[in-house]
Amino acid sequence: MTMNTKRRVFLKGSMAAGSVGVAIGAGLLAPQAVIAAWNEKAFQAKSVDDALTATMGAAANTASDAIKIKAPDIAENGAVVPVSVSTDMSGVESIALLAEGNNTPLVATFMLGAGAIPDVSTRIKMGKTSDVIAVVKAGGKLHSARKSVKVTIGGCGG
Amino acid sequence: MANSIKIRAKIKGDTTEVKCLMTHPMETGLRKDSKTGKLVPAHFINEVIAEAGGKPVMTAEWSGGISKNPYLSFSFTGAAKGDEVKITWKDNQGGSDSETAKIS
Repeated sequence: MTMNTKRRVFLKGSMAAGSVGVAIGAGLLAPQAVIAAWNEKAFQAKSVDDALTATMGAAANTASDAIKIKAPDIAENGAVVPVSVSTDMSGVESIALLAEGNNTPLVATFMLGAGAIPDVSTRIKMGKTSDVIAVVKAGGKLHSARKSVKVTIGGCGG
Repeated sequence: MANSIKIRAKIKGDTTEVKCLMTHPMETGLRKDSKTGKLVPAHFINEVIAEAGGKPVMTAEWSGGISKNPYLSFSFTGAAKGDEVKITWKDNQGGSDSETAKIS
């Protein structure tokens, strides 16, 4: 994929301005302070470590068997890959979902409130065959699990 | 944009499972329009807030890496049948929508 670098820089800039506007709107309308501004830095990070540092405060994590990722071994269509993350750990604060091979690996973060069970499902886009990584923050520590998904048709434009 | 969200909330024991579908293009900003060859501007939901009985249960932050017409499911405890679940989304172009459903 050849990209016009200048255009990409421009796009980034306009996206940044857009999300600031959203953040201000959210701040005015938000009933509680629970809602944070969209973490632009984390979502535009190009590597897994950078994304984790920006969203979770650290990149260091330990692999854990307690986290279960449900995703297909082979995804025929990379534009729609169903992924579920669950764990039986207690004290889970947040869950981050990353697709290692994507241009910007961080796909989603879920901040769990009172009573929420660490079990979320969604559908993600994957540009190519890579690992899906789930990072769970519990008790201030990061735990991770990964699962390889083979993508036959990429889902990120092109 | 009204009714862009469909919610199903079901209680089993003390756990409520919520499944929802949102209608949204979820453009990453990297895709080219096949006719004009120009990049389609980024347009995606970047924040989803789930509330039950007026209290926030979960806040999700998304990128354009979530599939078109996003699906989300999650579970929580501490609600009763008939309570209201509210889902709100906001996108990067300032759009938003919300919908409520009763737990059945």
